Amino acid sequence: MANFLLEIGVEEIPDWMIEPALEDLKARFAAAFGAFGGSAITTDATPRRLVLQVKDLLPQAADVEAVVQGPYLSAGEKAAEGFAKKQGTAVDKLAKTQDGKGERYVCHQLVKGQAAVQVLSEKLSEIIAGIHFPKTMYWTGKGGVKFIRPIRWIVALLDDQLVPFDIAGVKSGNTTRGHRVLGAKTPLLVGIANYVEILRANYVIVSAEERKARIEKALGKGVQKDDELLKTLVYLTEFPTPIRGSFDKSYLELPKEILATVMRHHQRYFSVIKEDGSLLPEFVAVTNTDGDPDGLIRQGNERVLRARFNDARFFWQVDQQKKLSARVDDLAKVTFQAKLGSYKDKTERVRMLANEIAKALGADQNTVDLAALLAKTDLTTDMVKEFTELQGVVGGLYAKAQGEGEAVATAIYDHYQPVSMEAAIPRTLEGQVVSLADKLDTLRECFRVGLIPTGSKDPFALRRAAQGIVKILFEARLPLDLKKYVGDVPALLPFMQERIEFYLKDVSGYAYDEVNAVMAAGFTTLWDLAERAEAMHAVRPTDNFEPLAASFKRIKNIVKQAQGNSTKPPEPELLTAGPERELYHAFERVRAATKATAIYKEKLTQIASLRPHVDLFFDKILVNDPDPAIRENRLALLNSLLGEFSTIADFSEIVTQGASA
Amino acid sequence: MDSFQDTVFKLKHYWAERGVIIQEPHDLEVGAGTMAPETFLRVLGPKPYKVAYVQPSRRPADGRYGENPNRLYKHQQLQVILKPTPDDVLEQYLGSLEAIGIDLRKHDIKFEEDNWEAPTLGAWGIGWQVMLDGLEITQFTYFQQCGGIDLELVPAEITYGLERIVAFLQNVNSVYDIEWAPGFKYSDVRLADEQQFSVYNFEMADVAMLWQEFELHEKECQRLIDLFRAKKDGVERFPVLPAYDQALKCSNLFNLLDSRGAISVTERVGIIGRVRKLAVGVAEAWAKQQAPVEVEKVVA
Repeated sequence: MANFLLEIGVEEIPDWMIEPALEDLKARFAAAFGAFGGSAITTDATPRRLVLQVKDLLPQAADVEAVVQGPYLSAGEKAAEGFAKKQGTAVDKLAKTQDGKGERYVCHQLVKGQAAVQVLSEKLSEIIAGIHFPKTMYWTGKGGVKFIRPIRWIVALLDDQLVPFDIAGVKSGNTTRGHRVLGAKTPLLVGIANYVEILRANYVIVSAEERKARIEKALGKGVQKDDELLKTLVYLTEFPTPIRGSFDKSYLELPKEILATVMRHHQRYFSVIKEDGSLLPEFVAVTNTDGDPDGLIRQGNERVLRARFNDARFFWQVDQQKKLSARVDDLAKVTFQAKLGSYKDKTERVRMLANEIAKALGADQNTVDLAALLAKTDLTTDMVKEFTELQGVVGGLYAKAQGEGEAVATAIYDHYQPVSMEAAIPRTLEGQVVSLADKLDTLRECFRVGLIPTGSKDPFALRRAAQGIVKILFEARLPLDLKKYVGDVPALLPFMQERIEFYLKDVSGYAYDEVNAVMAAGFTTLWDLAERAEAMHAVRPTDNFEPLAASFKRIKNIVKQAQGNSTKPPEPELLTAGPERELYHAFERVRAATKATAIYKEKLTQIASLRPHVDLFFDKILVNDPDPAIRENRLALLNSLLGEFSTIADFSEIVTQGASA
Repeated sequence: MDSFQDTVFKLKHYWAERGVIIQEPHDLEVGAGTMAPETFLRVLGPKPYKVAYVQPSRRPADGRYGENPNRLYKHQQLQVILKPTPDDVLEQYLGSLEAIGIDLRKHDIKFEEDNWEAPTLGAWGIGWQVMLDGLEITQFTYFQQCGGIDLELVPAEITYGLERIVAFLQNVNSVYDIEWAPGFKYSDVRLADEQQFSVYNFEMADVAMLWQEFELHEKECQRLIDLFRAKKDGVERFPVLPAYDQALKCSNLFNLLDSRGAISVTERVGIIGRVRKLAVGVAEAWAKQQAPVEVEKVVA
């Protein structure tokens, strides 16, 4: 058994691409070298190296017997001789086999298993070049190998044997490189046994887990937890060492949102907070060094942060010289989308739509109108030009500072929310209204000019906008009929419905057939849809429900086959005594009972109580009576039943055990 | 402590020692060192080339009337082009930092992903921003395409932000406090520039005249491109370089019009497209002009 080590030495790989690349490398390796067994494939990486190790590989693949198909006997002796010669044997040594077309010759060949080192050296360059990266480059010249960044060295060892191959002009070898600054300046000779230790001695911690632990251990008190930032830093460093710096207290006058964004997004610093969540004038930077004994790195980072904060303070002051309300016309110079004009145009549309929605929902009209008017004006401020991720937030902060009122400020602040399924929806009804209007407008306009997402391509994040609308409507329980606001492009309603179904299934956790059933019954408000789904989910495990659902399916089929879609009610005098009349009475009773309650669960329980009557009906009664009048009347009864109770859900969509078999 | 000019001298000297031609800046208004023909045109085609120069880079919209300690209408870039890229390019780059007095063992250096794209030039590349103790000091790019043409040899472009680096080295908080030469601060040399051009770019530039100029230069550039295309042979002396100057004029006029707030949304995309068309046309002509010369020389 042999162990294998591969290290691909690369110039600094973007941190966020590393883990997916390792997964891909591992999968490709496993697929190509399955014949050699191997007990565990492990991968690891730093910004400058992708590492793969395998234990217990077979040095030699097992021999396999291959069957080579030859000519049919009917093809004659010559063909048989030719085949035998090609296989290096004689006709009388060939075996025969029977298939659909007749008897034919076959040759059993023993294929010797290849040596691992040979197969590795044949396939590794292709595997490496095949690793998927979101964006690649060439560097050896036009037509050369493409990779995420230039490959500068390769270590490939099978035990202590070198696995020879080359890629992009780099020959595999047994030397690696240490940390750019702290490691040895010359290549380092390594073997599988001492690889990790030699690198550690040269200030490279190969294990991402270990680097993470090293950072976490040194972060210190009060550091704001931030797993995403931590991961970024793990893959931006080979030898991470956190250092703590501070800034002047006077900067704490700036809003926390701005300070935190500067630290996190622009400097990759952790914020430090007090127990009450407010900021301390400190930060933690993670360096790619073994320490900062002279404090030079701390001073440098403090200086940069000071300049950044000064910029922010400067932007704040300059921005206040022109109020948001005076910036509305400036939006004419900010492109919303090439085909859709400026943010001024968008603002005018959003404002109208927001007013309409506000009226429908009883939101404060003045607040909504002003918030919609000012919502995008922060795009013209220096602060947002510099810190684009703070759009909306800056508008809200400025509106407050400029005396536009708390309600307007909050609505502006929140109106991009929710930006993801995890994010919270706007806190106030007015914020929700502006957010809905903004997103609906984006969807309507993009769909109108044909910018419709296809497959994985969604450059304008329209799915996210649609998902945001759905999330707000569900979670704020807003009584808004979405259908009235999707505009006149037919494709948009189904697009929204997909997002609604996604929400009910993936967020609320309803089964797909429950979702199909309630969706098939149509919807006005999503709130109502959610209640029906909830009731359905609750009643479903009861004894009568699924059998009744199966019967509904049967009713639907019968009505469909008979093309009996008349809305005529059944005539009681034409009903025969017994199960038919009993079903009718039960139907009347249940109809009255469901009308008497507004609670879906009670309605459904009532409907489920129809089950014995429906069962008995199908048991004893033939719908297809020879007398056309009676037949029509029976169909009318079934049709009424279907029509009456399918407004909550189309029960025939429920997959019952009998039906799914 | 090294002055601003000392640092520039040292960087130029460092690269000169590595066989790099030290050029002077292009004598037209450009937005970045990349736009100078020594980069934009030289990266095209199969000829190796190594050049470095300081390029004053004008970005009218970035002007702050000389009041912001870190923002400038015109800043100085030291641009290095290494075509093709040597394998140890990053080591050479780090060596240049040591050469200007940065002891890397006492500082934190990181290469963070930052790809570059210039729609008006039909150009893009892959690279990093180089961070020194949290300060972006250099943009490093492996060019992939220029003027819409896939590059035959991949050059490395190293762009040093000189004001930032020197402010760091001199430990000053405002670029205006940088010592340019003994006894002279950055503000002594450049503040009037920043003030006056901010006023001109934002408030006073004659929009109608700028439009006229744009159209004249565009017309002249396109005329030359069309003439070149119509030529069957004898293109060696054809004025492709003057055509490129016309394209650069247009690019700068576009920036000026933009900072003057004279370009509407609907116009904007169209104008970028017009400048791009010129840049791509010139790049194509230049590439063609270079190619046959190579062949003829070999034959002769």
